[in-house]
Amino acid sequence: MLKQTPLNPIHRAAGARMVDFGGWDMPVNYGSQIEEHHAVRRDAGMFDVSHMRVVDLEGAGARAFLHHALANNVDKLKDPGKALYSCLLKPDGTVIDDLIVYFLREDFFRLVVNAGTADKDIAWFRRLLAERAPTLALTPRADLAMIAVQGPNARAKVWRALPGSERVSSALKPFSAARMDSDAGEVFIARTGYTGEDGFEIVVPATKAAALWQALTAAGVRPAGLGARDTLRLEAGMNLYGQDMDETVSPLESGLAWTVDLASPRDFVGKAALLARPPARQLIGLVLVDKGGVPRTHQLVRTGHGDGEITSGTFSPTLNQSIALARLPAGVAPGDTVRVVVRDRELAARVVKPPFARNGAARVAPAP
Amino acid sequence: MNIPANLKYTTSHEWVRTEADGTVSIGITDHAQAALGDLVYLELPAVGRKLAAAEACAVVESVKAASDVYAPVAGEVVAVNSEVTEAPEHVNKDAYASWLFRMRPADAAGVAGLLDAPAYQATLGDE
Repeated sequence: MLKQTPLNPIHRAAGARMVDFGGWDMPVNYGSQIEEHHAVRRDAGMFDVSHMRVVDLEGAGARAFLHHALANNVDKLKDPGKALYSCLLKPDGTVIDDLIVYFLREDFFRLVVNAGTADKDIAWFRRLLAERAPTLALTPRADLAMIAVQGPNARAKVWRALPGSERVSSALKPFSAARMDSDAGEVFIARTGYTGEDGFEIVVPATKAAALWQALTAAGVRPAGLGARDTLRLEAGMNLYGQDMDETVSPLESGLAWTVDLASPRDFVGKAALLARPPARQLIGLVLVDKGGVPRTHQLVRTGHGDGEITSGTFSPTLNQSIALARLPAGVAPGDTVRVVVRDRELAARVVKPPFARNGAARVAPAP
Repeated sequence: MNIPANLKYTTSHEWVRTEADGTVSIGITDHAQAALGDLVYLELPAVGRKLAAAEACAVVESVKAASDVYAPVAGEVVAVNSEVTEAPEHVNKDAYASWLFRMRPADAAGVAGLLDAPAYQATLGDE
């Protein structure tokens, strides 16, 4: 039996095509996935991301615990509301999940983790807590729903749809969050997202999600499904857990070295393993030069430095050509030409540094 | 779901229309295009290629996935539609106006044995 978000009846009534995503019954597209993609790059779109799990960590010593548990350094979080992207690593340096952590108070941090990994993450945190910080309270918030509103006009449309939201969120810097009490209960507004566009991720009580969705629809925000969410995040050069990294690879071989704090003397789970094993591979971008198909996960990539593989591939609506993230040998560099094996053919691709597109525009030169 | 009564169908979601000259036009059904989503790439068989019935001979690829297209009957490919290879979104807009390729069937019995509209409709009930 698939799990359903509080917005499930709205998706079904809108005629969305539904898929099983990590055990959840989720909309993949309502109409044209490409039009939903363009709506986010050019105006404003919204995604039901209530399947993602909010987990609150409360108690004295919360920061010190996260210091040990996360690969990124929570000391970067100085002002209340500030957010940090981090990997959660196993002792062997591979990736349990990627998450966002919000610093709300010294004794209150909020984590947002992926849907398919939430139970595993919570079990892992509970184990670490039992060893190191048994007095901290870890609370999965299944009572909450989350809507991501993304696009150049997203913030203005949220302010129109959600009374009082402009006052608390107009001064928010990117990767920061604010809270407010409203008729809808406590509303958590974060200037974060997974599309490469400006916008908010809004957390509300599950019982209030449908009313917010309808208010956003009335304000001209277009519903978009997981299909557009995937093409948007891939254009923005953002990893998808389970495809671009998982428990078989290190973050240093997943384009995430910038999120791993190896510089400070701080110790954290996985650090020793990362230091002991320098990366031999890298996650990097490809733009297909030859026409002939769309690269897909696990397809072989031939390079002058040995073989690699596609981790995520798609057709980019912004570039109007096929793009991919690929895990390739360390010697490959931007500007190189490699060959992607698509069905019975080898298609030439140019190596680029992601992102491919952000803030409404291409970030890489088009193929000739 | 749009399933025109004047066409024949396969269980693998191709539609087949017999033309005045005895050739058959082949496309994918409205159900198939809706399931695939926005199409971005089509790979069609070479003109002159001889196909066995149910042989994989073309690929329709959407943002989400690639899917094979099968020859509904045995025969020879006599034409491909270059308009849809240039603009695959036409298949999403009108699947039955967007033929992919034409074949000259090896024998007339092949087409007669395909599904009619109600029979095709019945196969969708299971999905």
